[in-house]
Amino acid sequence: MFDTKIYEHWLCCIPGVGNRSISRLLALCGSAREIYEAPEEALRQVLSADKLTELVDLRRRWDLQAEYDKLKEQGIGFLTIEDNDYPKRLRQIPDAPYGIFYKGILPEDDKLSVAVIGARDCSEYGKYVAEELGRYLGQNDVQVISGMARGIDGISQQAAFWAGGSTTAVLGCGVDICYPAQNKGLYQAIPERGCILSSYPPGTQPRPQNFPPRNRIVSGLADVVVVIEARNKSGTLITVDMALEQGKEVYVVPGRITDRLSDGCNRLLKQGAAVLTSPADFLDEARGLWLEQWGILSRKHIGEDDAAKEMEEDTVKEAVKDAAETGTTKAGTAEAAVISVETCNTTVPATLQPLYRLLDLTPKPVEKMLEELSGSLHGDWTVSRVTAGLMRLCMLGVAVQASPGHFSRKLP
Amino acid sequence: MFCTIFSGALSGVSAYLVGVEVDIDRGLPSFSMVGLLSNEVRESRERVCVALKNAGFDLPPNRITVNLSPADRKKEGTAFDLPIAVGVLKALGYFPDEELEDTLFLGELGLNGEIKKARGVLPVVKAAAEQGIRECIVPAVNAPEGAVIPGIRVRGVENIGQLVSFLADREHGEDILPVTNLLVEELFEREDHSCEGDFEEISGQEGAKRAALIAAAGFHNLLMFGPPGAGKSMIAKRIPGILPPLTLEESLEVTAVVSVAGLLEEGKALLTGRPFQAPHHTITQAAMTGGCILPKPGVISLAHRGVLFLDELPEFQRSVLDSLRQPLEEHLIHIARTSGTVTYPANFMLVAAMNPCPCGFHPDKNKCRCTQVQVDKYMGKVSGPILDRFDLCVELQRVDVRALYKKRKERNTGQNAQPDCSADMRARVIAARKIQEERFRGSKYKFNGDVEAADIGKFCVLGEEQREFAEQLYCSLQISVRAYHRMLKVARTIADLEGSMEITTDHLLEAACYRTGKEV
Repeated sequence: MFDTKIYEHWLCCIPGVGNRSISRLLALCGSAREIYEAPEEALRQVLSADKLTELVDLRRRWDLQAEYDKLKEQGIGFLTIEDNDYPKRLRQIPDAPYGIFYKGILPEDDKLSVAVIGARDCSEYGKYVAEELGRYLGQNDVQVISGMARGIDGISQQAAFWAGGSTTAVLGCGVDICYPAQNKGLYQAIPERGCILSSYPPGTQPRPQNFPPRNRIVSGLADVVVVIEARNKSGTLITVDMALEQGKEVYVVPGRITDRLSDGCNRLLKQGAAVLTSPADFLDEARGLWLEQWGILSRKHIGEDDAAKEMEEDTVKEAVKDAAETGTTKAGTAEAAVISVETCNTTVPATLQPLYRLLDLTPKPVEKMLEELSGSLHGDWTVSRVTAGLMRLCMLGVAVQASPGHFSRKLP
Repeated sequence: MFCTIFSGALSGVSAYLVGVEVDIDRGLPSFSMVGLLSNEVRESRERVCVALKNAGFDLPPNRITVNLSPADRKKEGTAFDLPIAVGVLKALGYFPDEELEDTLFLGELGLNGEIKKARGVLPVVKAAAEQGIRECIVPAVNAPEGAVIPGIRVRGVENIGQLVSFLADREHGEDILPVTNLLVEELFEREDHSCEGDFEEISGQEGAKRAALIAAAGFHNLLMFGPPGAGKSMIAKRIPGILPPLTLEESLEVTAVVSVAGLLEEGKALLTGRPFQAPHHTITQAAMTGGCILPKPGVISLAHRGVLFLDELPEFQRSVLDSLRQPLEEHLIHIARTSGTVTYPANFMLVAAMNPCPCGFHPDKNKCRCTQVQVDKYMGKVSGPILDRFDLCVELQRVDVRALYKKRKERNTGQNAQPDCSADMRARVIAARKIQEERFRGSKYKFNGDVEAADIGKFCVLGEEQREFAEQLYCSLQISVRAYHRMLKVARTIADLEGSMEITTDHLLEAACYRTGKEV
């Protein structure tokens, strides 16, 4: 067993040899070890000249055992599709990655997992929804899968993790590289209770072409995909396409039709995607969907394998029971989990309320607020009073200065 | 025969006297000039010879030697033509009765004998007056400029013939070359309204106008962000109009710099308007700071006591912007060249404008599709130390044409309050300046914007409650210590504008809003 691993590791580390090449090689030779031992001539049938040179070159330089030990030393786990621990959901997607590298604990197969994806340059609204949803999912023991990118991805994962949940970050680079660097804190914390995962060998730099395959894994690891804020023609929509291809349910957080950052979301809704209106409702529905799917899956398994029948049935029953229980307990708190933005905030002093009411979740120019206040009956708002007032709101933590002349409301 | 005539040469914005010694003696006919001369001074020989011939004075075939003393300082410019010509005539014995010991000559000669405009007449006349010279004879076009200096007679001359008849007949001299008289005070009163436009013409952009007012009141440097066409340049151009009028002393400084640069309009005596300089972003470092082989004042010196406006700040070469760092601190610039070191004044108010991101619409997510990385990169084109020199940072909004018309209509029908006009704003600035004058009496500072970090505690005094509040601001906004100091200075100016002795929490809050973009 150990023996084959070192060959498989080598196979996954050949530069330029991707998933497709690997499956062609395996089809030709049978196993990683046989590929390693195969003569160059034989491999020429399935590999282009460049890739073959890389393969032969690496074969000459590669110290099988030492490299594998090095991986272990770094605390990086390595699994191939042939291993039993390989995530089941991932195994089922078309063109599943042959090998995966990971740090931490892999997502559990018998727990609901939800992918939360969205824009990198999100608005305060997106930030807020991502945070609330992430926290709710984390509290309810749902695994949150995402790409640890700037914006929605990182925010939802962070919220889920700090709420005590488990989260899996799928990277477009090696698992030993933190990209983007600003999520360093999250990157270091995740392995404790979640997983950093990548199909790229350690040391791989984040290149643009690495990200679409990464997105495929994000949706592949999830049962349901949630989209919060996406522009038309964005990377998020590519992930959604992949999720649909893989047969995953897609939930979308609606946005205002005047926000370009919600155009992608609204288009998905128009095309018939499910709407996410509150985290609690969503979770109930998602759990229902998941159990249905689980049932089908396990029945299939039962037909295939009698030996595992008993055990599988037990776990399914247990899971269903668990889910039903937690589902009912959550139903009680469902109302509390409705996301709402208060128009009045008690921490804001009465004199600043008119100003606070004007603030929005997207950055709003001071000039515009001044104009809206010019007809106001609530006192004389000069430009200096407005700026001072806005800064006071910032200090109270209910507003943020998005740029020197733009302010937006900050949600708790 | 030998004689000495006085003239002057420039060194920075000041001048020193130069003795033009001419000796005519027997020997092989020649005309030689010595005294560390640059090319244009050397060429003076041909101009003088031909001009004198055309004016009807034949030079005898003698050996003529001219020395410009002190002989160890490099002489530049064409203004030595006239003293050399006068020296030659005097040495030839043309005006034997005249003692020219207390007269200074300055001017360039044309081949037909006419006398053309000279550079730096004002500082030369000033130096002459200090050295006890009683009379200056300068080109007619420069006479008003020289006449500004009190205690010295300045006569403007148009051609060499006129000068000779004046020197030959001093008794009737006054009729030939009258002394140029100027009532400096009256001239000074007649203020220069050349400043373009009025703040009244800008509708909306209240935030930017407010920031311009604060910047003008405390002589703070101002940075404006905004999408293209929002009116950044319009506001910048109107800032000199709300700065307080120049004092006579300041006016002399400004005129001296412009005179040294040779940019003073012909016949102009004194500049009374605040300068406004807006160089294009392709400007070189030498043009910005002054320099070249023969040092000349750069744009920053021409903006002395006025506004230096840099539009499209990130497009300027980084080295050009970084060369502004020291002048912004010291308010003058030293230019060291092989020919010596000169110092020009450079106490200007820096106003800059830039787009917030490559497309100009950040942070409007509906229009701007620049990534955060692109925005940061664009901001990064301006070095941190330069951004640090801006006390105020303000953002302008995109202007909608329809809103503009609507506002104009409302204003005409009296539905909307008239926007502040420059005159009102200026009155407020002047009032705030008076308070600052009181505060800084006996210190090296003039305005709140000048105060250095070490003295902030002394001049920007906070009450107990305000100090606590400022500390809270410091923590909750996570600003740097430098930005904190800037905030205090700006808060002081805002308080001065309101005539308030104490800095209140509202002043602090407003000042905090104007901190530089990088920290937001």
